[in-house]
Amino acid sequence: MIVRVLRSCVIDAPVDIVWPLLRDFNSHARWHPAIAASHIEGGEPPDHVGAVRAFRLRDGGFLREQLIALSDRDMSLSYCLLEAPVRLDGYVATMRLRRVTEGERTFLQWQSRFDSSAGEADALARLVGETIYEVGMAALQARLRRATGALVPAPRPVVPPPSSPLTDVERSGARPLPVLAALQTNAIVIERHGGPEVLIPRRVDVPPPGPGEVRLRHLAIGVNMVDLHGRAGDFGLDILPAIPGMEAAGVVLDVGPGVTHLAAGDPVVYACSPPGAYAEARTMPASMVVLLPPDIAPETAAAVFLKGITADLLLHDVHPLRAGESVLVHAAAGGLGLLLCGWARALGARVIGVVSSDAKAEAAIDAGAAHAVVGGRQDVAAAVRELTGGRGIDVVYDGIGQASFEISLASLARRGHLVSHGQVSGPVGLRDIDSLATKSVRLSRPNFLHFTETAEDLRRRADRLFEALRQGQVRPRIDRRLPLSDAAAAHRRLESRQNIGSIVLIP
Amino acid sequence: MPHVYVSTVIDAPVAAVWAVIRDFNGLPDWTPFVAESRIEANMPADKIGCIRAFRLKDGGRIRERLLALSDYEFSQSYAILESPMEVEDYVATLRLLPVTEGGRSFAEWSADFACPPAREAELVSHIGRNVFLAGLQALQARFAGAGRR
Repeated sequence: MIVRVLRSCVIDAPVDIVWPLLRDFNSHARWHPAIAASHIEGGEPPDHVGAVRAFRLRDGGFLREQLIALSDRDMSLSYCLLEAPVRLDGYVATMRLRRVTEGERTFLQWQSRFDSSAGEADALARLVGETIYEVGMAALQARLRRATGALVPAPRPVVPPPSSPLTDVERSGARPLPVLAALQTNAIVIERHGGPEVLIPRRVDVPPPGPGEVRLRHLAIGVNMVDLHGRAGDFGLDILPAIPGMEAAGVVLDVGPGVTHLAAGDPVVYACSPPGAYAEARTMPASMVVLLPPDIAPETAAAVFLKGITADLLLHDVHPLRAGESVLVHAAAGGLGLLLCGWARALGARVIGVVSSDAKAEAAIDAGAAHAVVGGRQDVAAAVRELTGGRGIDVVYDGIGQASFEISLASLARRGHLVSHGQVSGPVGLRDIDSLATKSVRLSRPNFLHFTETAEDLRRRADRLFEALRQGQVRPRIDRRLPLSDAAAAHRRLESRQNIGSIVLIP
Repeated sequence: MPHVYVSTVIDAPVAAVWAVIRDFNGLPDWTPFVAESRIEANMPADKIGCIRAFRLKDGGRIRERLLALSDYEFSQSYAILESPMEVEDYVATLRLLPVTEGGRSFAEWSADFACPPAREAELVSHIGRNVFLAGLQALQARFAGAGRR
């Protein structure tokens, strides 16, 4: 199919300043933040129709483009693509300026067409429209806004000698410079607390990364219970409007000063505050963003990172699980539940899952549970006593809260450990501590944040999770892949407990 | 041949602005200087070749023929048949282009015409300021704050 991309903007500078810059076919290295170096092949003048510009992107990509039309009368130029790291067959682009007489500004239109398979069309159109056109336009706006004040002459382009094209850049091995432009992207914004209907698609600005920050393009976004609490106003998203979401995997676009563990082009994953993951791109503190090993797909990472780190701290720190212990996992077929079942079994525990349907029972057993009890149909505590020969269970992982607390207590063996790590059904509320003595119950109420306080902490857990994924000890199960714009549908599905496994949003 | 060109940015999407200016009989609705207008011979206002006869608020009467109308390019061209301005071969084009950043519209209004050399400067200034700019500014005011941001 033929794909068309169009972007346009207004530049706050007279056309007499913008056009001389743009008509130089080699000038893009001076104004487009993605371009590291460029030269015209054969030393031809940059306004010679037929001239070829060869250039390297900051992410390492190499391209060649040919000037096929240039008009000083229409203030327009057209070029086609000869070589590129992505397939853009038959790509022809045109940049055109018009004078905005009112206010002496310039209208810039940048459009192109190319052939693509239907499956790739949207992604390619976005790649071209956002990372090339929008980023370039924003940089032109910023650059020329400054230039009109003092009429500072543009710096001369650094053109490598034609005999050794681009080798200066290669030799220097310089780290990519930060991209200076803001870019716009699609995101899900909540302007008031409420049901799934308050999740509204909006265009938002993604500012360039400041000191210690990183700007990411998301490839997959994890949906978690904590997002539902934030949306409803329970906790986590107090100041509105806000973009929800604590977890995503993607690629680094650029890094701010002082960031050394990440570079443009790195695959990454994160699960941390501040919220803001429900977006195609975002800028955030870099310290909690983790390099994603190349053998783990971004979609897998977004499906299991927050839940997997949670499972890691529950199984290794909150209750360091020993081989031979018995474990009860509530919501055993949910995203976290399946990971707990698999990982606990790999650690040598005997796992009983609590689920709400036969299909979920099957999923929990498939993930590693020895038994699955269908709550609501069976008396869970009685079933647990029976399955443990009347002894009761050693550890309960309970993320349900209010509705399951008494069941968990009743299921415990003497000196058993109740790990209450969530409150899907509502807060546990006030409880009588003294009565815990009837079984010498140990009670934990862990907070994810307190177990991932330092980057070192987080990376150690991430490494352990990645290794467990490789060993097949935890197996990602994706319930649904939904478009980012369908975030409300994802919340409805999670809220009604229909999902088996994780839900991911695809930007 | 004298040429007049005025352009501006309107804080509303192209579709919304086009819906207003597309009507060849709609000048009284959106310009500050036209008092009343009608299409001659009972033709539809989007039939190419139709003639609008309108009266300015200062009393002047003008007749113009629709030469081109494009819902694809958001453009409209017309020629003056009669006017108090004493211009010849007057052809004007009003056109919108989308400004994707912020969901706004770029609007340009231009004309070419012939006139006695002595009157050129005065006519270019009058058409540019009192007709095109005044019209575009009225559109700006009408849509102030209607863009996406």
